[in-house]
Amino acid sequence: MTWKRGIALGVLASIFGLAMCANLVAPYPYEKQFRDSVLAPPSAAFPLGTDDLGRDRLSRLIYGTRVSLLLAPAAALLTTLFAGAFGLLAGYLGGAWEWGGKAVTDLFLSLPWLFLLLMVRAMLPLNASPEASLVITFALLGLLGWAVSARLVASAARGLKDSEFVLQARALGQPSWRLLIRHALPNLRPVLAAQFWLAVPVFLLTEANLGFLGLGVAEPLPSWGSLLRELEDFAAVRENPLLLAPAVLLVIVLSCLHIAARGKEQWS
Amino acid sequence: MIVRISRRVAWIVTLWLLAGFLGAVLVWMAPGFGIDERVLDPRWTKDSSVALRGDEQARLGPVSFYIDWLEHFARGDLGESNSLGRPVADLLRERLPITLRSAAAGLALGWAAGLILAVATYFIKLPGFDWLTAAVAGILLSLPSAVIAVLFVMLDAPVSWAIAAVIVPQVFSYARNLCNRAMCRTHVLMAAAKGVGSARIFFWHVLSTIGPQLLALAGVSVTLAFTAAIPIEVICDSPGVGQLAWLAAMARDLPLLVNITLIVTGITLTANSISDWATSASGIEGATR
Amino acid sequence: MSWTSRAVVLMALVLSLSPFASAGGELRFALPFEPKTLAPNLATDDASETVQYLTGGVLIRVNRKTQQLRSELAESWKTAPDGKSITFQLRQGVHFSDGTPFTAQDVVHTFRLMMDPERQSPLADSFRTGDGQVQATADGPSTVTVRFPAAVAGVERLFDGVAIESAQSPLKGKAVLGPFVLAERRAGAFLVLKRNPNYWKKDNDGNALPYLDAIRIEIQSNPELESMRFRRGQFHLMSMIEPSQFDRLARAPGIEAVDVGASLDMEILWFNQVPKAPIEEYKKAWFHSREFRRAISEAINRDDLCRVVYRGHAVPGLGPISPANRFWRDAKLKPQAYAPESARSRLARVGFKSDGDLLRDSAGHPVEFSVITNAGNRAREKMAVLIQEDLRKIGIKLNVVPLDFHSLLERITRNFNYESCLLGFSNVDLDPNAQMNVWLSSAHQHPWNPAQERPATPWEAEIDRLMLAQASANNPEERKKHFDRVQEIVRREEPVLYLVHKNVLVGYSKKLGNVEPSILRPHVYWNVEYLTLDGQ
Repeated sequence: MTWKRGIALGVLASIFGLAMCANLVAPYPYEKQFRDSVLAPPSAAFPLGTDDLGRDRLSRLIYGTRVSLLLAPAAALLTTLFAGAFGLLAGYLGGAWEWGGKAVTDLFLSLPWLFLLLMVRAMLPLNASPEASLVITFALLGLLGWAVSARLVASAARGLKDSEFVLQARALGQPSWRLLIRHALPNLRPVLAAQFWLAVPVFLLTEANLGFLGLGVAEPLPSWGSLLRELEDFAAVRENPLLLAPAVLLVIVLSCLHIAARGKEQWS
Repeated sequence: MIVRISRRVAWIVTLWLLAGFLGAVLVWMAPGFGIDERVLDPRWTKDSSVALRGDEQARLGPVSFYIDWLEHFARGDLGESNSLGRPVADLLRERLPITLRSAAAGLALGWAAGLILAVATYFIKLPGFDWLTAAVAGILLSLPSAVIAVLFVMLDAPVSWAIAAVIVPQVFSYARNLCNRAMCRTHVLMAAAKGVGSARIFFWHVLSTIGPQLLALAGVSVTLAFTAAIPIEVICDSPGVGQLAWLAAMARDLPLLVNITLIVTGITLTANSISDWATSASGIEGATR
Repeated sequence: MSWTSRAVVLMALVLSLSPFASAGGELRFALPFEPKTLAPNLATDDASETVQYLTGGVLIRVNRKTQQLRSELAESWKTAPDGKSITFQLRQGVHFSDGTPFTAQDVVHTFRLMMDPERQSPLADSFRTGDGQVQATADGPSTVTVRFPAAVAGVERLFDGVAIESAQSPLKGKAVLGPFVLAERRAGAFLVLKRNPNYWKKDNDGNALPYLDAIRIEIQSNPELESMRFRRGQFHLMSMIEPSQFDRLARAPGIEAVDVGASLDMEILWFNQVPKAPIEEYKKAWFHSREFRRAISEAINRDDLCRVVYRGHAVPGLGPISPANRFWRDAKLKPQAYAPESARSRLARVGFKSDGDLLRDSAGHPVEFSVITNAGNRAREKMAVLIQEDLRKIGIKLNVVPLDFHSLLERITRNFNYESCLLGFSNVDLDPNAQMNVWLSSAHQHPWNPAQERPATPWEAEIDRLMLAQASANNPEERKKHFDRVQEIVRREEPVLYLVHKNVLVGYSKKLGNVEPSILRPHVYWNVEYLTLDGQ
């Protein structure tokens, strides 16, 4: 293991550990309102200050990390798996599979899926538990976000079809499914990994924007996405740069995940 | 050749029309479709309120609407926006150039910066440079497009720069990964072992290997740029099609949304078709055999 | 240089030093949305009403500062004793922006257009107080009489919104009588209004009005961007400043930020009392219970809503009439005090019991319900979270569900699939007659149970009777007596919980002269003819 990877894993483990032990680590419950200390600056009592409802920002960041760290990567993983399967079949098998795959992905990229999300919200009971609403939201994101990645995976899979090792395996009589799973899919890992890293931050803020539609994380439960929405107040960010804390944490976590997952892949 | 092109064009037109119809269905089924915002105005008498609701119910179903729209489209009439009360053609004529300019500039800037950074990491072997470029790309990758838009608004930068900031990390990380993989290929290792220079290896061997996939990304990035344009235009208050799409979506403006869906579909299909054609026409895939 | 040239130069020098130097200039401000229509008298949104206010000439204007009526295109008027007609003597020598003369026929033409049911003008409905036609007839070149099927309470004030259209001008609705005329428009970006060269009004010294040369209205949906550009001097005023931005703007140099006081608007919460609503029957029973509603009202800390959400720039909700409406508010009513203990006792009296941290009804159901509000309105979302915490303290679980506006509208007007709703009402008129279609049980805008065939409760029947009585009463004191009674019933029954009346927060550049902010809309530029820009 390289030292960079070690540090990245260490940072991730610490953040993950803190988030999972939020109940023990966070100074206050995430929903507790200190109504006499609204928008308080950083202090010993509130290290990152309080938000516009008097809630401790540090506590909400810790609890929000738990929500976002679990669900956004899960949704990104779902979308990547879906894209991988779809793109692999379309690109590797070619012919009608490829034509059909391209048609479906192009349609998927063009349609206003916002309205499907609105329909889902309409069908959900108004008193659905925040956890159920959250899981449904991220599952939907995972199911809707695959089209972009699928096209790229299909292109990469097309290139693999006639590569030497695949031709060799085919000559040895290996069946198609084995070629797909044992040879093509592992070689698509870099493409899939790149798409995974792209999807995670997109889902994080998409989750916050879904709050606009009644989906996403319900108040008072925090998430990185809802915390990032505070950045829309430009002047407040200038006055209190600590508002950027969720963005900084997001960058740190994603960078560490990226370094940790790269493993031994180096450019020599 | 002509038959092939005609079949391709027919396929694209079919998909295009299908997208418009599916878009209409999605909008029509969405909650709040057909509701007139004016119903809450306390000035309406009971009779007027009933008349407003009658108007809501009289709206055509998606199939009838779409057939009606196609008939008008054949005559060059794109319909009228329900929410803005203006011909859709006028609205698009005013706003499309703004979005096209921003997206095109953003794409050009994003691709240039992304590719330059990726190529630079190949040629510049300084310690820390790779780490620095990865860090910059990682930061841009990690920040959602709306946050990037906020940062650029604070800097008073044009909308195209925000779009470019969304495109750069994707192009850079994708191109860099592709280059990494290509460098491990047998023929490239062989060329390096035989003492072929870095530049020649890159332009003659690596680029040809990664070309098709870069072209695929090019097609997808056009769609990404337009998709990113929506939140960026909303936050930056740029009066382009992205902002119009958001306003239309919130107002459930079916005529406007169908037209915008068709524009997005047209751009997606065109961009992806061009990248597919360029890939097959270059014969690059054959070179790997 | 000849003597003539010297005289011209000297005159220019003198003029540059005189008060006339403050005339001219382009006023710049923003609107959040594009006007949906520029057709006179069809405006239903703020942006369209703004353009109509700046370009339209009216017979009578409500002075936004004194709240008294002022003659405009009508030199005088006389309302018939039965309230069913009003006769205007029109100002003479007035011309439209294109030079077409203004006559009584233009008023007749305006009313004919406005009252056409095909046009769907909500303003027209304000005049339709009974069965029959509203008709305007010219009794001479400068005299016009408007007749109504039934008496219209406060009818004079309604003419403030009727922009007169030309019957003869080839430009039709584009020829205007107001201080400005639309010169340029780029969809989604801006509108430019130029001064009307034929505007009839002059100041006390006989100088032609308006003082400004032009107005540039930019479309700026993002309030943060608008605030940033206002601080940078790119706009001269902001009409509706968010409380979170107000204190920051008050500290900015070159800007005057003014808290004008309580507006006529109100933020409210109501419970769904529609019998056929697709919600559980036991919840319907809760919402139909007056004691339940009053307990919820008592459990909400309105002072905190004002302090935390509006940063002190709001007053606790009083009732359907804001404290700013000095004549019409019932002086006997006080805001509901925060009394969680009283709320608990009240709920206990009607069978609700505490079960640890939870409250349960007599059948054992945990008291849990949802409140929908329009997403994107940060103030309402924050209020909902504060109320959520207030109700948690008495064992009630409130689920906050922000929805996009159309989804919310569908639930509260079409399928009634909601439990409670937090929304706001904007009052543009002081007269409670403007709220007629909110209080009548048969009206579609009756929030908690719209379009009733007959009043569902005795108190709603009483409100119906009182509202109709005040509409047909002859004098303001009698009308007030009836409407005070309506306010008392609403306070007793609490079908609507009045949360806050937010203050009017405005800002304007110190370069802008003659500004007198008002609680009535438009708050800053209601006297646009008299506004000046320094250095012009």
